[in-house]
Amino acid sequence: MTSQNPEVKLLGAWASPYVARARIALHLKEVQYEFLEEKFSAKSELLLKSNPVYKKIPVLIHDGKSVCESMIIVQYIDDVWASSGPALMPGDAYERAMHRFWTIYIDNKFIPSLFDMMTSPTEEAKVEAKEQTMASLQLLEEAFGKISKGKPFFGGDTIGYLDIALGSFLGWMKAFEEMNSPKLLDKSNTPLLCAWAENICNNEAVSAVLPETAKLVEFATVTQTRFKYAPPAK
Amino acid sequence: MEKSSSLKLFGSWASSYTHRVQLALKLKNIKFEYIEEDLSNKSEALLQFNPIYKKVPVLVHDDRPLAESVIILQYVDEVWNERPILPADPYERAVMRFWCHFADDKLGPAVGVVFASSGEVQNAAVDQVHENLALIERELREGYFKGRKFFGGDSIGLLDIVLGCGSYWLAVFEEVMTGVKLVDPEAFPLFHAWLREFEALDEVKETIPAVDKLLEYAKAVRAMLLGHCMGNTGVTDAATPATTAAPATATASVPDITVDSS
Repeated sequence: MTSQNPEVKLLGAWASPYVARARIALHLKEVQYEFLEEKFSAKSELLLKSNPVYKKIPVLIHDGKSVCESMIIVQYIDDVWASSGPALMPGDAYERAMHRFWTIYIDNKFIPSLFDMMTSPTEEAKVEAKEQTMASLQLLEEAFGKISKGKPFFGGDTIGYLDIALGSFLGWMKAFEEMNSPKLLDKSNTPLLCAWAENICNNEAVSAVLPETAKLVEFATVTQTRFKYAPPAK
Repeated sequence: MEKSSSLKLFGSWASSYTHRVQLALKLKNIKFEYIEEDLSNKSEALLQFNPIYKKVPVLVHDDRPLAESVIILQYVDEVWNERPILPADPYERAVMRFWCHFADDKLGPAVGVVFASSGEVQNAAVDQVHENLALIERELREGYFKGRKFFGGDSIGLLDIVLGCGSYWLAVFEEVMTGVKLVDPEAFPLFHAWLREFEALDEVKETIPAVDKLLEYAKAVRAMLLGHCMGNTGVTDAATPATTAAPATATASVPDITVDSS
């Protein structure tokens, strides 16, 4: 899957959806890279040195220079390996703005409520987060309709920036459903995103990278016993 | 075809996010129609163009709306190529984007908390601001930006615009809140020097409101914030002007310490 290449390294962890973003981009662009798995318990010297500001994964190290923040890494990969594989960013400036806008929405609104739904300390907070999550998915469903213009992906015929931003979280979304969360993508409420999810998970660059649902459930159960969704009794 | 055939900017005079866009359009000599929003009474148009966040700035180009200042800046740079704001090199772009993210994710919210709080909460936020400025200072002193007049090099670029439009609040807040020192020239000499260079530019002087107006505004908002709440509690709708005045993130209200996003 990955081969030894001193030029491109990715610091990451198998369970991180943010890391998955960078890996999906690297796979789509057919870039050989060395994957350096960070231990959950202690951050490596290399990580602390290459991301001193946030000390977080993923970090892409290309020719000794580090790039941090998952979607900045995705854009960087798209810029540098422009001649390889499909363009991740659309050609039109307004469409690019839409990909960026919804990516920020996903990062600042959707993902926090998704995780809050499972981990908030009170049932009330979880239910509120669930409502926010479902509302976000409705907005993303509408956005998909407008942006994809009838094609399989946000990026059109091929996986693009926004597909990567959201698709990277499908592993965790499925894991949460296994852990009793409400059905997140469903044919009656989010038919377009259901079809999209199937298409994206069938893509080789994504399936090679997205962690298996069962492994994520195990990971969550073992390390984060607070991942529980249990709606309040009526 | 005339590129700026229909270009409108919805903004607020005291919003640093609005200033970012105004500055970029000015640098590129792009004509546009400016619509001042009363943030305590938002127009139908604004709510229609930015239904999700209901915030300024919103740029409407040929009836297509764009929201989020850094997204708008990149769009403007891509559509109007004259006088570029983003660098051409992919790595340099990644670095600029990273520090823009840092500015809005860490520095801005911390300054917002300083402005909206007092006592222990404020002290902690002031420390945060200093830590954040120290990271930027280090990059200027010995890191990626070493030796540069501006973050963009000899002329201002994306990061200068993002950091610069907002940093003027640091001095204003120091004036409003006696005893609070945010950007001590001795502690942050290079950041201070950069800010002076930035503020001396004609285009910047023409974009940023006069200091006395900013002071008057900040004093009023501070009084209102402290009147409504003490410390780090929610801000009511009446204090909405503060959310775009203080350099907090576009998605967080002034006293809301944002959660790390990645």
